[in-house]
Amino acid sequence: MPTSIIEAYFPVLLQVLLAATIAGALIALGVLLGKRVKNKVKDTPYECGITPTGSAKERFSVKFYLVAMLFILFDIEAIFLYPWAVVYRELKLFAFFEMLLFIVLVLAGFFYIWKKGVLNWAIEESEQGKTR
Amino acid sequence: MDVVLFLLFASVAVGCAINLVLQTHPISSALSLIGVMGSLAVLYLLLGGEFIAAVQLIVYAGAIMVLFVFVIMLLNAGAEKRPTRKVLRTAVALPLLFTLAGVGAWLAATQTPKTDAVKFGAYTAGPAEVGRAIFTSYLLPFEVTSILILIAILGAIVLARKEI
Amino acid sequence: MEFIIITLVKMALTAFVLLTACAYLVWIERKVLAHIQLRPGPYFVGPHGLLQPLADLIKLLTKEGVVPASVNPFFYLLAPFLAVTLGLTSIVVIPFTPEFEIFGVKTAMGLTDLNIAVLFVLAISSLGVYGIAIGGWASNNKYSLMGGLRSASQMISYELPLALAIVAPLLLMNTLNFRTIIEAQSGYWFGVIPKWNVFAMPVPQIFSFLIFMTAGFAETNRVPFDLPEAESELVAGFHTEYSSMMFASFFMAEYANIITICCVATVLFLGGWHPLWPAGYGSDLVPPLLLAAAGAMLLFHAGQAVRWRSWDRFSFPVIGVIFLGLSGFFFIPLLKPILVPLFWFLLKAGFLIFVFIWIRGTLPRFRYDQLMRFAWTFLFPVAVVNLLVTGLLVALAGN
Repeated sequence: MPTSIIEAYFPVLLQVLLAATIAGALIALGVLLGKRVKNKVKDTPYECGITPTGSAKERFSVKFYLVAMLFILFDIEAIFLYPWAVVYRELKLFAFFEMLLFIVLVLAGFFYIWKKGVLNWAIEESEQGKTR
Repeated sequence: MDVVLFLLFASVAVGCAINLVLQTHPISSALSLIGVMGSLAVLYLLLGGEFIAAVQLIVYAGAIMVLFVFVIMLLNAGAEKRPTRKVLRTAVALPLLFTLAGVGAWLAATQTPKTDAVKFGAYTAGPAEVGRAIFTSYLLPFEVTSILILIAILGAIVLARKEI
Repeated sequence: MEFIIITLVKMALTAFVLLTACAYLVWIERKVLAHIQLRPGPYFVGPHGLLQPLADLIKLLTKEGVVPASVNPFFYLLAPFLAVTLGLTSIVVIPFTPEFEIFGVKTAMGLTDLNIAVLFVLAISSLGVYGIAIGGWASNNKYSLMGGLRSASQMISYELPLALAIVAPLLLMNTLNFRTIIEAQSGYWFGVIPKWNVFAMPVPQIFSFLIFMTAGFAETNRVPFDLPEAESELVAGFHTEYSSMMFASFFMAEYANIITICCVATVLFLGGWHPLWPAGYGSDLVPPLLLAAAGAMLLFHAGQAVRWRSWDRFSFPVIGVIFLGLSGFFFIPLLKPILVPLFWFLLKAGFLIFVFIWIRGTLPRFRYDQLMRFAWTFLFPVAVVNLLVTGLLVALAGN
């Protein structure tokens, strides 16, 4: 068992450095060893053999943005569960009801977004034809 | 060892923060901000706040910054144009900046209440300690957080409603 | 100083095994899929295609790494770099064996032992989104952008049920330390049923396990959740534009993530290195017997080798003798306390990896709206209910 923070996390730091070295070496080798033949067609984005039209950086559905936003909120909820689980045996039913109140309040929001149809991705596609 | 690591990651944090301001492309700025968050997590870790360090990574670097990156992609934000540099402006601004930083540092050093120098690894704030604090002493703020999250969910829906 | 040397030795060993495992998982996956579909699979490079990963590596290294003119090279190269770095990092917290003493040094397989190991794995996997999102965005290709975005949304959506499914067994364990979690799962109910979390009393964590594995499939972008790579609509998703080693990097990261997920599932739910039944009933004999049986079978098949597979006459006996020799290692008193737990850990993790491949050979792909609806309106509520039921029963049962 490691005794101090430094001793416990030193291998982590080393492992990150090692992983970064391996990743860097792989990509560098791939770029350096392969031969290079430049031509105009190869440089264009791949669009199934058809000449690319317009920019690839199109705007896209707000749903992706909404999912990211909801993820943050529920992720914060999930994070609170971890210290709760660690002290659960000390507090028992008291901890259970504390967390029940918390989860019920957050889930009220969850059912609201569910009923609002935010979680249903199919509706949007039938309305708009395609994601833009 | 502690001091070396502290200086290393503190300078990484400051370097990333400066890079965040200097970069013209929003994605570069967002990535620099992730670097700042990561270095801050290591600094928390050096102080013994294991749980806080992990939460910093999961919530800030792993969730909030994902939203930032999504928004940058969603808005299709390109590189901003650099304003033309005026020599005179730089000549005035730089000394002012250093003066401000110096005064701030002096105020922080003299005016704040004296505490003992921070000892690395002298504290432990693992999940158990944090859990005991949240679920006994700070129970009310914790429950109020759920209402905050609820309001934030409603706010997100209201903001995006026209598009749904 | 001794600590640093031991750490470096273990780290080099782990990295070597992990990279080899990633390479050979490709071979195993192709073989298993092939046999599911009644084909032989890779066959000609080396005996039974065993050198195929090496050939693939050489081929990929010497192919041209195309960096299209329209992309920003920094972000374009950063994406596979991030994916591999994060993929290879998580293994650091996995404990493979209990502590043992060898040559007077007390150590354990497993690089470190964090108090927040569970959160560390979650943190690294939540950062994994960037490799894919940035890769898709930097490619400057419509398919890539769409694939990267879908993949990122999918990964964050499935991270919630994943996080909730982990909490349920933690209610029984009350720690975030992997080694303590495994040690708490030792022992047997009625002397035979292992006290793993999937069989835990008062609440067997079988539902948490299933939710965890389902979310794990989505986190690693595997079938049936491999929407980002839905070739029928998105060509190859976020890695459409990538070639040579950069392309392979994403696959390496995917396999490394599968290994991590399976190891974490083994630790949290399947009791880590604890054998399926007590050592008193001979579970220590399983690894040497399995290896010996494999060796004997290879020797038997060497005599049966058909004419057009004449190389089997040399390769089968050689590999068979190696297997027989390996089974002997399990009887050396010095190595036994290391190898037996390691074997059980790898057997369980390996079985879960096999399930990943098995599912790929069995299930079709979801549609994207089904995938998101499944995560939010089925998996997430079920995970919450599972968590609350576990919590209530644990609190009522007391101890």
